[in-house]
Amino acid sequence: MIRRVLSAVGPLLALVAVIAFFAIADWMQGGVGNFLSSSSVRLVGVQSIKVGIAALGMTMIIISGGIDLSAGTAAALSGCVAALALDNGWSIGAAVSMAILCGAACGFVNGSLISMLKLVPFIITLGAMTIYLGIGKSIAKDGGTITPPYETIPDWLPTMVTQFPEPLWIAYPGLPNFGWGVWLTLVLAIMVAVVLHKTVLGRYIFAIGSSEPTARLCGVPVITTKILVYTIAGALVGIAGVVDIARLGKGDATAGLGLELEIIAAVVIGGGSLSGGRGTVLGTLCGVLIMGVINLGCTSLGLENQVENILLGTIIIAAVYVDRLRTQKLA
Amino acid sequence: MDSVEASHSVVSTNSDLAQPRLLSASGVGKRYGANWVLRSVNLDLAPGQILALLGENGAGKSTFVKILSGAVVPDEGNVTLADKPLSLGRPDAARRAGIAMVYQELSVCDEITVEDNIMLGREQSTWGWINRKQQHEVVHSVLAKLGHPDLEPTRMVSELSIGAKQLVEIARALAQNARVLILDEPTSSLPAADAERLFETVKKLAKDGLSVIYISHFLEEIRKLCDSYLVLRDGSVAGSGLLEGTKESDIVRLMVGRNVDELYPKVNRTVGEEVLRVDNVSARDMPHSVSLSVHRGEIFGLAGLVGAGRTETVRCIAGLRKTTSGQIAIHNEKMGRVTPRQAIKAGIAMVSEDRKSEGLAQDLSIRDNITLSRLGPYSFKGWLRGGARNDAANEWMRRLEVKANSASQNVSALSGGNQQKVALARVLHQDADCLLLDEPTRGVDVGTKAEIYRLIGETAAAGKAVLFVSSYFQELLGMCDRIAVMSRGRIVDVRPVADWDEPSLLLAAMGGDLES
Repeated sequence: MIRRVLSAVGPLLALVAVIAFFAIADWMQGGVGNFLSSSSVRLVGVQSIKVGIAALGMTMIIISGGIDLSAGTAAALSGCVAALALDNGWSIGAAVSMAILCGAACGFVNGSLISMLKLVPFIITLGAMTIYLGIGKSIAKDGGTITPPYETIPDWLPTMVTQFPEPLWIAYPGLPNFGWGVWLTLVLAIMVAVVLHKTVLGRYIFAIGSSEPTARLCGVPVITTKILVYTIAGALVGIAGVVDIARLGKGDATAGLGLELEIIAAVVIGGGSLSGGRGTVLGTLCGVLIMGVINLGCTSLGLENQVENILLGTIIIAAVYVDRLRTQKLA
Repeated sequence: MDSVEASHSVVSTNSDLAQPRLLSASGVGKRYGANWVLRSVNLDLAPGQILALLGENGAGKSTFVKILSGAVVPDEGNVTLADKPLSLGRPDAARRAGIAMVYQELSVCDEITVEDNIMLGREQSTWGWINRKQQHEVVHSVLAKLGHPDLEPTRMVSELSIGAKQLVEIARALAQNARVLILDEPTSSLPAADAERLFETVKKLAKDGLSVIYISHFLEEIRKLCDSYLVLRDGSVAGSGLLEGTKESDIVRLMVGRNVDELYPKVNRTVGEEVLRVDNVSARDMPHSVSLSVHRGEIFGLAGLVGAGRTETVRCIAGLRKTTSGQIAIHNEKMGRVTPRQAIKAGIAMVSEDRKSEGLAQDLSIRDNITLSRLGPYSFKGWLRGGARNDAANEWMRRLEVKANSASQNVSALSGGNQQKVALARVLHQDADCLLLDEPTRGVDVGTKAEIYRLIGETAAAGKAVLFVSSYFQELLGMCDRIAVMSRGRIVDVRPVADWDEPSLLLAAMGGDLES
């Protein structure tokens, strides 16, 4: 446990450094951006929900030595499915379940193709990415979006992602009054961490990512495990898709383009190794928050969007390089 | 090959016939195409016996143990474990029956803990939840049995030394109730202290009734550890018995056997001035201060066992491996830090031992492969002239008798022997002064071997310097003018070929000495 926390210290320090950087920069500008404030914390929180939930699944996939490029479009597709269900008069519960099922199905297809056809996950999910985009568009028809009637979305759903949710539904000020999506993300994070470290499935995920031949030699059911990992990750992606509805009140098939890279970047910044075997939930959450802070920080400093892009890219490369230095020292 | 080979069976430690046979193999054979790599091999192993499986490189040791562990399906023969027939060719069945193999390349997962590695695939769990407490108990009892209760179950395997990783693998075998443990050259990458620790452990386990098959090239080790031996030569049992009272020279004689050497051309060569000189070259791990020199018209052999550092030495010369100290000079001109490009410019050409991934670009045509390291004559301001290049490729294919449809055929479509010829054609086309040939006849049939020998002889006679690396002593003795023997990263002896014979080469390579 201590070691796991320690291995997430790098990303945690990076998070602190990024916050400090923007705090100082904001202070030097006279604090006009109001960067260090509780409203910033809330904003970063609610803006990180979508990527955060999807990145939890991606953490499992990356630890198992895989990758999922279709996570973004699968999330959008799941959102569209939920919107379509609402549009057809289904209840909100049924709509959300459909979204999660849709995400899980996408993951199941990915996992099955990868382990049955024995092809590289990169190629399979690259293809799946486009396929899910296409399916999403064909569901949505006009303009690539589905907007269900306003009254079909209950009030509690948007409070998931609201910065200052009303009413105070939590024992505030005992706990910060985030949009409840933040708490959902945390609960899911704990669940994923438990699966990774307390269950046989978790051991298999690490073993396969660490050395697939060894895992097979030891009798680990490699195919089943892989399919399961992609399916679970898919279900999480489905939940991430619901966040779109909460935020925008509609499903947008093209909303997921580029999202997969943010998700993967979060895991990588958090210390996940693309060659498998390594990654932590805590690190991934730090990665998500680092990206959120950079986003907010650049906005409050009045920096252009392109500066943000360059900064984020630099951090990704630096994170991977630092990680390599660390593992080399061990070897 | 003679199929009516006399077969021997191993005398167990206890020559009492009532002694139960734990593992027994009879008439085991395996062939690839028409070529039998293993024939009529018999083996009987008693509980607690530690058997040394010996033989030269390519004698069939690996194939044999892979049959026992289920990784290779034999073409004939059968194996029984405790009088129950083993279903062959199924690694899981062999493992469940109690045959565990520790491979040369370690198979542990680096990113999980010692405990998780030991229990991998056999986790103690209820409804998918790992039962840590129960698992600790199993792991502790296994580690105690192993004699290493100090090995911390919660350590990450990536933090362990190679020796400790090996212990983890053995512990995993024990956790699976192994009754026969096969160790394939376990000490080849171990420091001496770790090797000692391993011997202690293996002896202790054998005392508790575990049977061990131990493959090693080091005779001293075998003396320390094993009680009996089985020698394979050319895929058949050459001899077996108890180690006590058997001289090392007898074992070596069994391994080497008799010679057949009409294969090697006798071309008259005159040895001229020095072309390549290597002075005290060292690199990380290997080699350790290696010095040698090769002259015009000379074939210089580099002998040794697998892992002795020969390939590493050659790669240092070719600039493919970073040296940490020492000098390499071509025609008396010192080269600083060598890159492969500089080495080629200076007149060095190398044929890699690894034809598949490095020696040839498998997905390119024969023409591309032959001309890849010297495109100069066919380029004009960066543009390639196809015609001349095609002619050159065809000319070399003709000279080396490469069997292919055309020069534009992909190398991957050729047989091993023809691929090797293309690799040789490339270095000959490069017109280098110094040729580094790393196992140039590996995986090549006898007919092609003879052709390759002829080519190498002619090349040297034409005034090139040839450095010839091989694990096959016969061909070195047949081809070379001088032979250096490497062991554990060092050159242990250099002599003119007349002063070597196969037993002395083998002994030097195994680090033994002739007196014992």
